[in-house]
Amino acid sequence: MVVCEQVVADHREPKPRACRADIVTVRGLTHRYAENLALSDVDLAVEEASLFALLGPNGCGKTTLFKILTTMLRPTAGGATVAGVDVVTQRAAVRRRIGIVFQHPSLDDKLTVRENLVHQGNLYGLFGKPLATRIDELLSRFGVASRTNDFVEKLSGGLKRRVELAKSLLHRPGVLILDEPSTGLDPGARLELIAQLRELRDSDGVTCLMTTHLMDEADRCDCVGLMDRGRLVALDTPSALKATIGGDVLTVDTLDPRALAADITFRLAAVAEAVDGAVRIECSRGHEFLPTLIEMFPGRIQSVKIGKPTLEDVFLHATGHSLAGTTQPEAEVN
Amino acid sequence: MNAEATPSSFLLPAASLWRREILRFVRARSRVIGALATPFVFWILIGSGLRDSFRIPGATASVNYLEYALPGTMVLIVLFTAVFATISVIEDRKAGFLQAVIASPVRRSAIAMGKIFGCSTLATAQALIFLLLAPLLGIPLSATATLLSAGVLLLVSVGLSALGLLGAWYMDSTQGFHAIMNLVLFPLWLLSGAFFPPSGAASWIGWIMSVNPMTYGVAALRHAMYPDGRDWGPGVPSFGLSIVITILFAVAMTALATNAVKRRE
Repeated sequence: MVVCEQVVADHREPKPRACRADIVTVRGLTHRYAENLALSDVDLAVEEASLFALLGPNGCGKTTLFKILTTMLRPTAGGATVAGVDVVTQRAAVRRRIGIVFQHPSLDDKLTVRENLVHQGNLYGLFGKPLATRIDELLSRFGVASRTNDFVEKLSGGLKRRVELAKSLLHRPGVLILDEPSTGLDPGARLELIAQLRELRDSDGVTCLMTTHLMDEADRCDCVGLMDRGRLVALDTPSALKATIGGDVLTVDTLDPRALAADITFRLAAVAEAVDGAVRIECSRGHEFLPTLIEMFPGRIQSVKIGKPTLEDVFLHATGHSLAGTTQPEAEVN
Repeated sequence: MNAEATPSSFLLPAASLWRREILRFVRARSRVIGALATPFVFWILIGSGLRDSFRIPGATASVNYLEYALPGTMVLIVLFTAVFATISVIEDRKAGFLQAVIASPVRRSAIAMGKIFGCSTLATAQALIFLLLAPLLGIPLSATATLLSAGVLLLVSVGLSALGLLGAWYMDSTQGFHAIMNLVLFPLWLLSGAFFPPSGAASWIGWIMSVNPMTYGVAALRHAMYPDGRDWGPGVPSFGLSIVITILFAVAMTALATNAVKRRE
């Protein structure tokens, strides 16, 4: 069983930050489900040993992209490589090099934590003492060592997610691909998950690529790709993305957002839009703009919120609708 | 996929999937009881009810119906256990377990084999437990007979497990699986010579029985249980032919099921 060692040794060495190469590349990726265009000419690259988030509402195509990158789906056109290997022509090789965390845990409830991990190790050609050692190492790393012999059905959602993460890392993949990994987690457990991914990035040089529809989660990643209706609409670090908006964002609650937005645009020469039942204004100097706004429209403003732009604002700016956008039909089917 | 296929991408994963199947089964007591008790009750009730009113047309010696129905009951156990064990693949898909297996570099044939042999091991073991009850009821059983019977039961189980997997792989609901499988399985078993001999049936029934692969499984088991020979009446196929057809059925079903696993991910 010399082969197993080879698998384990692949893509482990973290490269120095200064000369990191792209470990995932996507070129002209397009996918169609019958009539539905789920992905349209997507190009992107993910740097080695970084945290990358694909942020977008349900049906934006991020799960389709996840499926293509994990070799579960063949694209209609275009291609992608993961760890230097083509996801269409060298599927087995890609599968050895990636770890996958699914949206719904892939653990067997009727088996213990250890039995689940031993089984997963076996699938990747690992067995015996080296596997047992690796399991112990990962379980203590994620703080579930005390639950090793418990049945998975007895674990909470947060603990299951940690076991799932350990499961995906058994064969020491260089790239971890996660589909909405925070599904079913409370906010505390979500923060913890991101911290664990960062730790993997820093200590093991693992690249993490995850899909999410939560802006605060994407905000904690090194790089974010914004997706909408099958297209990649923006791609950069969270701070660079937010800097494209600049200044401040004012959100005004009012009874008639459309009319107020039109009036503000007309009388104050500002960019005001009616979004999700409120008026949203981007301006460079919010604190100066605010008093003018309130004096000019007495009685029409119920409340005003002023803040620095978020990824949600970047998304709105790029697409004209919010992340929670329900305007499009669910395009991702199995 | 074959470029990087290694020995460890078949045997180890297949064995691991097999082991999981066994673990899950023994942990679910109700499944063990259901698969054993149902055919037992069935056998005792029907067998005792028909005990003295049964006679094989064309046979020289008379056969107690309990004895006549025993091999068929064991095939029924195999049928229930093997086919319904393969339902687990539908649950595995729903619960998410299967997605990790499918996304792993494991060969598709290993996934099929792990499931088929897992389910057939369970089925064979259950039928053997039942077989060991036979001496208690005055039916003689030698070591040769037991070994031969175990072999035949395993062959029959492999064919039926593969048939079950073939059906379950494409289905998304266990209810649908039950409906379809009852439609296919019950006639398959009823017309296998397990329940009534071909010699006394209407000629069109006899014709169906002769093309039913289960007929050969039941016949093979009859021969295996009585290595010294026993008169089961005319129309029961020979041991050799029965074994050949049973093997062919197992191989064909396994090939079809493996192909199904390769085609749908």
